[in-house]
Amino acid sequence: MNVIPSAARNLLFATGVLFVPLALAAGSAEKGKTVYVKHGCWQCHGYMGQGGIAGKKLAPEPMPLEAMSAFVRNTNGAMPPYQEAILSDADLADIHAWLQSLPKARDYKQIPLLNP
Amino acid sequence: MTRKDSAPKAGRRKFLTGFVAAGAATAVTPPAALAAEAAPPAGPPRAPSALPPSALVAAAETQTPRELARVPGIPGSDFMVDVIKTLDIRYCPSNCASSYRAIHESLINYGGNRMPEFLSCTHEESAVGMAHGYFKVAGKPLMTLCHGTVGLQHASMGIYNAWCDRVPVIVVGGNDMDAAHRPPGVPTFHSAQDINALVRDFTKWDDTPVSLQHFAQSFVRAYKIAMTPPYGPVMISLDAGLQQEPMKEHGGEKPYIPRYVPTAPPQGDSGAVKEAARLLAAAHSPLIIADRAARTPNGVALLVQLAELLQARVIDQQGRMNFPRTHYLIAPPSAVGSGDVILGLELSDFWGTVNSHTDNGANGGIGADASRIKPGTRLIGISSVELNTKANYQDFQRFQVVDVPMAGDAEATLPALIEAVKSAISNQQKAAIAKRGEAARKAHADNKARTRAAAALAWDASPVSTARLCMETYAAVKDLDWSLVASEGNVSNWPNRLWPIEKHHQWLGRSGGYGVGYGAPASVGAALANRDLGRFSVAIQSDGDLMYAPGVLWTAVKHRIPLLSVMHNNRAWHQETMHVQRLSNFRNRVANLGGDLGPVGTSIMNPDIEYHKLAESMGWWAKGPIKDPAQLGPALKEAVAVVKSGQPALLNVWTQPR
Repeated sequence: MNVIPSAARNLLFATGVLFVPLALAAGSAEKGKTVYVKHGCWQCHGYMGQGGIAGKKLAPEPMPLEAMSAFVRNTNGAMPPYQEAILSDADLADIHAWLQSLPKARDYKQIPLLNP
Repeated sequence: MTRKDSAPKAGRRKFLTGFVAAGAATAVTPPAALAAEAAPPAGPPRAPSALPPSALVAAAETQTPRELARVPGIPGSDFMVDVIKTLDIRYCPSNCASSYRAIHESLINYGGNRMPEFLSCTHEESAVGMAHGYFKVAGKPLMTLCHGTVGLQHASMGIYNAWCDRVPVIVVGGNDMDAAHRPPGVPTFHSAQDINALVRDFTKWDDTPVSLQHFAQSFVRAYKIAMTPPYGPVMISLDAGLQQEPMKEHGGEKPYIPRYVPTAPPQGDSGAVKEAARLLAAAHSPLIIADRAARTPNGVALLVQLAELLQARVIDQQGRMNFPRTHYLIAPPSAVGSGDVILGLELSDFWGTVNSHTDNGANGGIGADASRIKPGTRLIGISSVELNTKANYQDFQRFQVVDVPMAGDAEATLPALIEAVKSAISNQQKAAIAKRGEAARKAHADNKARTRAAAALAWDASPVSTARLCMETYAAVKDLDWSLVASEGNVSNWPNRLWPIEKHHQWLGRSGGYGVGYGAPASVGAALANRDLGRFSVAIQSDGDLMYAPGVLWTAVKHRIPLLSVMHNNRAWHQETMHVQRLSNFRNRVANLGGDLGPVGTSIMNPDIEYHKLAESMGWWAKGPIKDPAQLGPALKEAVAVVKSGQPALLNVWTQPR
């Protein structure tokens, strides 16, 4: 699921943000889990990035790191932005690596409680 | 205000002989046991002091009076009980207080503690919350008694919730009006010129009866006003003298009790109903949005009838159970942009329904507003609340221009609107209307699949996902005649998204005023009503909500109220967690967590509260903390068996935040 609202995505493309090659190194999933909690991502997106009524789903299958970074830095929607002063590129890359490491969700059709 | 005959010749003031203030000039002789302590110092009498009450005065409040003179005749409070018994008030949840001791005594002795039965509460807010929850199941109001000052201050937030949620509660506050004769010290701290002023901004009506006849009229009037839509709480100040003094003739006659005759609810104007029907019949994509529209099960049936007639999708804002979640015309909130004619029924926030507000720090921190509907969309509103808006508290929300506004009760207006729509639909329109239904069926099926896929995310996570919490709970109760009596604390609205809620009593709405602390007492009150109807009550109970006044757990055991309480324990006042995080981000600051998981002041951890032990200490069957989702199903099975046996049961489940 694409978590960048279409209007925001258009804006990012228009301003060239998504085309800027970001110097984001591959992160550490292990560190990412800690950083995800420390910076409060869990508050709206859940401890597993599953999302809910307060925040969109982040995992499994997160958006590309560059897109996530552009969104996190520039969002003007319901989610508050995280500037580099409070969340470094390295931390962001670690978070992304952790989100990427999360297993695929179970098929709801195979969960009896979701098919009462 | 004073009584007609305030001279203390007999009766009440002698009845109060045991109450004496230190240093006060009084003709009353203190009981021997208190006399030494009461002896004034040598010299002239002391002037009244602003200091806290002396030991003697405090004793007057805390000790049993030794010598109580007999009150001749019939106590006024007995007559009050006669009045109350003419109305269908089954319970009186209250925290005991001396300012209403006379009517308390009359209720339990003269009245036999039946109709109403006194229920022991540990907090006045809990008592009001119980009455709130009870009404939403039973459709009948309860009364509650409290001290007119300190007790009412405790009760006030519960009253505000009831006001915002359009729920009738009859609040009676004890007060001692006669400053010349009331006992000094604590009883005077507990008196005020106008106790009702504290809650006047969020009650429908209040009164201060000065005679028993006045009380009879006021009480029946209070009941009648509370029970006329828009429903709402009412307040009566009950003078201690009036309660305690013997009955007197009024104008040469004994007081009578007026007969209660319900007032028919107000209906929308017939011309406006016709215009609304014309717009709805001609619409390409009519949309119905309901908040507190269905006051009764019949309201649900009427709304289904109207929706099917128009093949109009329905957004249920869940102030009540307005529309079956299983019906193909149910629509998610995002469908608001699809309508070209929108009918709003008892909406608490019409502006917020058709507009969005994004708290993104824009416009100097105010945030950004945007319309959610297409230009030219016509709006119709039916709301009884237009008849009862007050100025101070802002529960009327932002102003929204509505094309056809009707001041009337939605449920009472629906029969006329249905007939008008039938007349307004032409034969040519019928085919287009049927086509809308096909599209709605597909949209419903697609939405259902998306919702279940979302619920499957983090299904096996620990702490337990809110979707898993809700669906394990549903599986445990689905074969019973269940009623979800409260779901506070925000579990991503999974019950409304996944449970097949079809009956009016299966979803009761929320607090109304978002005063946290509603869930626990409202659950117990609703469970009480369900108990009498033979239904099974289940609540999703949040941690922050429970800690406002957990004493209501004891009340549930004390009065044998069965309730399954499944905790959504995310160890935070989580809404505030997100708010402070948001503000930190807007200000480009790292949120100070202070060793917790959320910003300082928003977490309920370090130490973690063992709610299961808290509940156990008050007589509940309880288990926890449950962190592994695999343990939840078996624990629920045990808990359901306990509740079916007539006892309350609580499961402390550690959950995902939302």
